[in-house]
Amino acid sequence: MREAALSPPPRRHGRLVIRLLLVAAAFFAFGFALVPLYDSLCRAVGFNGKTLKDAIEAKDVPPSAVNYARSLGVQFTSTLMPGLPWEIRPLEPAIEVHPGELRTTRFLVRNLSDRTIVGQAVPSVSPTVAARHFRKLDCFCFKQQTLAPGESREMALTFVVDGDIGEEISELTLAYAFFPAPNPN
Amino acid sequence: MNTASHALDHHDSHHPTGLLRWLTTTNHKDIGTMYLTFSLLMFFVGGAMILGVRAELFQPGLQLMKPEFFNQLIGVHALVMIFAALMPAATGFANWMIPLMIGAPDMALPRLNNWGFWLLPPAAMLLTMPFFLTLFGIGDGAVATGWTLYAPLSVQGGIGVDFAIFSIHILGISSIMGSINIIATILNMRAPGMTLMKMPLFCWGWLVTAVLLIITLPVLAGGVTMLLTDRHFGTHFFNAAGGGDPILFQHLFWFFGHPEVYILLLPVWGLMPHVLSTFTRKPVYGHDAQVWSFIAIGVLGLIVWAHHFLTSGLPIPALLYFMYSTMSISLPLAVLFFCWIATMWRGAMSFETPMLFALGFIVLFGIAGLTGLVLADVAADAQYHHSYFVVAHFHYALFAGGIMGVMTGVYYWLPKWTGHMYSEKLGKLHFWLTVISFNFTFMPQFFLGLAGMPRRIPDYALQFAEFNAISTVGAFALGLSQLIFAYNVWRCVKGGDKATDRVWEGTAGLEWELSSPPPHHSWETQPVIKAG
Repeated sequence: MREAALSPPPRRHGRLVIRLLLVAAAFFAFGFALVPLYDSLCRAVGFNGKTLKDAIEAKDVPPSAVNYARSLGVQFTSTLMPGLPWEIRPLEPAIEVHPGELRTTRFLVRNLSDRTIVGQAVPSVSPTVAARHFRKLDCFCFKQQTLAPGESREMALTFVVDGDIGEEISELTLAYAFFPAPNPN
Repeated sequence: MNTASHALDHHDSHHPTGLLRWLTTTNHKDIGTMYLTFSLLMFFVGGAMILGVRAELFQPGLQLMKPEFFNQLIGVHALVMIFAALMPAATGFANWMIPLMIGAPDMALPRLNNWGFWLLPPAAMLLTMPFFLTLFGIGDGAVATGWTLYAPLSVQGGIGVDFAIFSIHILGISSIMGSINIIATILNMRAPGMTLMKMPLFCWGWLVTAVLLIITLPVLAGGVTMLLTDRHFGTHFFNAAGGGDPILFQHLFWFFGHPEVYILLLPVWGLMPHVLSTFTRKPVYGHDAQVWSFIAIGVLGLIVWAHHFLTSGLPIPALLYFMYSTMSISLPLAVLFFCWIATMWRGAMSFETPMLFALGFIVLFGIAGLTGLVLADVAADAQYHHSYFVVAHFHYALFAGGIMGVMTGVYYWLPKWTGHMYSEKLGKLHFWLTVISFNFTFMPQFFLGLAGMPRRIPDYALQFAEFNAISTVGAFALGLSQLIFAYNVWRCVKGGDKATDRVWEGTAGLEWELSSPPPHHSWETQPVIKAG
């Protein structure tokens, strides 16, 4: 019975410990939940210049919606990430567009190596607030691109800048980073 | 067993001795001692690494090591100092002092406590093992990404990254177990009459720390797990080509990383009022205000993380939010500073070693706070980001704030733990050498950063040579001065003048009512705190 003198009035730690473990588990899950949350947040507000994922249809861009009174400068740039022995350049480095106007531009891409390589382009728009107003009908960035040894190809991008893009924006830049495809399919 | 030894051994007669005693102990004081010993050891390991870095930076050009090895040293230095030196020191304090302060016989979950400690040595070994494996031709050395493990660099790194990831997992589990134990002890085992608002501030600092650990460490664990699957299992959490985002890693990392700063500092902030009150012979000023400041800093600390990557291209509204929320932390922190000063105001001050360290802490940590305000400014940060200004800033916070705070606590409580007084002469010598050489090491780094020297680079432009030379000399003096500390502690453990139960003249609190050293089971009968 001498242990009795030691112990304080019996306390239940079990319930508290389980609750604290649940908090830890919840925050572990929260870390993973941040992945889709962050992605949707970026697309919703244009963080990191992420453009909206879904392509739009031509019928969503009626010619009547074009605002001819306003024009915007759109610049195109491109970079290659390490491990991709390609060459890429926009055929039109800068163009003028009207909000609501459907435009197509092309990038020249060439495989400089002697093997077949798969690449994936990732777009980013600056200023970032303009990203969600930059809508694409068709883009070579929608899927991985395969180039045979020495092959060069013109890759097309069809886009429209939303009519409701903020008045303060007069110029925007679309940058493509071409990565080696992580797991070619 | 005769009656005399029975009386002496009352509760520990069946305890093993020697190594097995330390392996199997569930006693909060033994475990606290192990945490503190481990911390001191790793403090010298991490210190030796950074002296290698400072030696390389003594002169421009590459003299001593390859850049790859330099990169490994800086990253492992940080991980060792944060996870294996500072955090275990604070946990050691908690183990030793919280039961004494709140009138409990031991920690709430003693077996978990033992486990929490014994996870640390394997984790530290995992972290440093790649250094040695590479000598045998296995892998290319330890993690070389810096302690932040940013993707995509960490996705591409060698096996050192995997070792670091597993090490962080184990360290995280250890810290979460320690935190659960501390929360359970504080919430369930306080002496009758000790309400939460009457609880000593050190316990309050640790309570907020423990909550922050339980909230943020799992997020880091999730982040490094994603890193692991990106590296080996074909996921693309941080790979832009696969639809992921490397900036996401920075969010996950700093959601943990910023509160981590307060995790390291809150136990020290909790300890300061005890020391200041003792050596000014006055009660703590603003106990409740400090409690609320701890809570406010804990909450604010959770929502300011992106100021660590203000230059990563965040949109303007986000920049403004993170700037203003970061700056707002200076308000509760200012409350703490004013409470510390008010505690000392017109007190009968004396300047024993713990008090010297506390005063040094207040001045130097103040510099960390003020330079932090500069870095929080979005416009200024564009220039200072990733420069030596940042390095100097967080060493004022984590060396002068964290480590000097821990030394304050060691000198303050060592007589209570060992029953002996340390050498006051050596303690004072240690203090002055530390403060002077610390400033010689890090003050020049502010100027280097302002002049544009980037951090984490093994070479630099010629115009930075003088300040780097001064900094290196300071760093070696700082490192060697710590040997005095280790010797003083060792000497005090071995013997010395007997310490009284109260140790210092102006002490207040339950911990000083027990003998020095305290009995094996701290409070066999719980004290009762009177109302009012």
